[in-house]
Amino acid sequence: MKTIEEINEKIKDGSVCVVTAKEMKEIVSELGPEKAAKEVDVVTTGTFGAMCSTGVFINFGHSDPPIKFRKAWLNDVEAYTGLAAVDIFLGATKPSETRENYGGAHVIEELVFGKEVELRAIGFGTDCYPRKEIETIISLEDVNQAIMVNPRNAYQRYRAATNSSDRLLRTYMGTLLPNYGNVTFAGTGEISPMNNDPEFRTIGVGTRIFLCGAKGYIIGEGTQHSPPFGTLMVKGNLKEMKSEFLKACYFPGYAPSIFLGIGIPIPVLDAEIARSTAVRDWEIKTTIVDFGVPRRDRPVVREVTYAELKSGKVEINGEEVRVSPLSSFYMAEKVMKELKKMIEKGEFLLSLPVERLKSKEVFKPMKQKEIRIVREFMTKAVTIGENSNIEDAAMLMINKNVNHLPVVDEEGSLKGIITSWDIAKAVTKGAKKVKEVMTREVITVFPEEPIAIAISKLEKYDISALPVIDAKRRVIGIVTSETISRMLEV
Amino acid sequence: MLLQLRFDSKTVKEPIISRVAIKTGVPINILKADVGARKGEIIVEIPDDKSKEIESLFLEMGVEVHEITKSIARNDDCVHCGLCISICPTEVFQLNSEMMVEIKSEKCIHCGACVKVCPTMALYFPI
Repeated sequence: MKTIEEINEKIKDGSVCVVTAKEMKEIVSELGPEKAAKEVDVVTTGTFGAMCSTGVFINFGHSDPPIKFRKAWLNDVEAYTGLAAVDIFLGATKPSETRENYGGAHVIEELVFGKEVELRAIGFGTDCYPRKEIETIISLEDVNQAIMVNPRNAYQRYRAATNSSDRLLRTYMGTLLPNYGNVTFAGTGEISPMNNDPEFRTIGVGTRIFLCGAKGYIIGEGTQHSPPFGTLMVKGNLKEMKSEFLKACYFPGYAPSIFLGIGIPIPVLDAEIARSTAVRDWEIKTTIVDFGVPRRDRPVVREVTYAELKSGKVEINGEEVRVSPLSSFYMAEKVMKELKKMIEKGEFLLSLPVERLKSKEVFKPMKQKEIRIVREFMTKAVTIGENSNIEDAAMLMINKNVNHLPVVDEEGSLKGIITSWDIAKAVTKGAKKVKEVMTREVITVFPEEPIAIAISKLEKYDISALPVIDAKRRVIGIVTSETISRMLEV
Repeated sequence: MLLQLRFDSKTVKEPIISRVAIKTGVPINILKADVGARKGEIIVEIPDDKSKEIESLFLEMGVEVHEITKSIARNDDCVHCGLCISICPTEVFQLNSEMMVEIKSEKCIHCGACVKVCPTMALYFPI
């Protein structure tokens, strides 16, 4: 048994034994947890990944005459101003209003790099803050405070992503190739902070951490904290951060984001902690979920360990699929080593949490007003066989007053769709049969899907109707943009 | 060797690659093709020892030819996350023992898939 105070004394007199989480695995397997706990005082853990829930509070000081920000932009990235006069919160994922592939993350990066950025703001023009607009150039040196406060960082583990659909998806988990073309995963597994202290004995409110090269603090559990998918809320002084440990990025089709390097020292107080810092990738489980289904509860494709993910290949439905990490193990190791160096040099003392994080918490879904599903908006589909004549199709459309005919086989399975526009095309081409002009790649929906999904498909593919099908591709109805807009208006 | 062939509005309508293949008897492997009504750009792989003969034939037929000598490259923005690894169809990217992304550029077929997905925009084709 050791105390934090004893470890801090050792840090001060230079006799402390610090190892990285990677080194600790070997030490524990060699010496066993009891002996390892005697030998090792501190284990440094690390992660380096894109962490969207990141931002910076900045206070600019007052202008003359003073202004109360109504809206403010840094390099054309809007910041939140619903605070005191010249306080703002700049979020990492906020896109620039003028520049592509640029956002809050990039402004933060430029500030840490020592660059100047443009502040533009408009004010209310009150008696106490009469000024109505301002434009100036500022750098990190010019502002009073620049405090990074991140509501959710350092995910303990995360669900890996794949894509069953036939479309390439551009997501916050990177680009997901069609038909289970690849898998991406985030988190550093066995070296990730919370996996090395899953009971949160030393990681809690007030724990001093390494945040992008600066000394930072855990200020609480992060949003969506749900162990073993734990998260942290952290803060640190942007002015002390090193650009090496922070990198703005951009996920095409999603938003800007920011790679952060976070390291947490774990004091080895007893054998129990030594044992938990010996955790290995093959013990850390997560799931691979299917982003091809655009729902909150994405279907689980399979369970997987971080060891399998880190191997670079996993099996899905009997096929080998290549895996990409999203977190940098190289940089995570740099974080662990840098933190180790800081502790060894006596520059970084440990702190015990003043309050422990909850080890059980449920991550609830959003409370929504009643979710309306496709079935409510579905009307009876008038269908036609693929060998039917164009004239019959045209007649059917006129008689039933519809513009879309799903084309089906004998079993009622969807084969295509023909629209009044296709009929016009058939006339000009001299086509005789439905199958000559029908569209074969039909965009469809399932009856239990939220209507929002149907609407986004209609918009995305610029079409006006979707056949509703069951699991066997049998046509059970149709939703048209006409019906949807009529029903939603009421 | 990789050649970048540029076709103008005239040459894009002609079956030039087939003609060159038939005339030389050399199989030409198309790696990337972006062909429209008025122009086209195709990247082909040809045997090194026949490159001079094939290049001059393409030139004769009015096609602009550039030898591709430099493949995918990266700048200092790379953080070695490895997102490119599973995107690349020819496994150009791998993590080495230090967990850094290593580029085996000889395998690169210039498809550009990695350039579009790199979150730090660190990948590019040198000109």
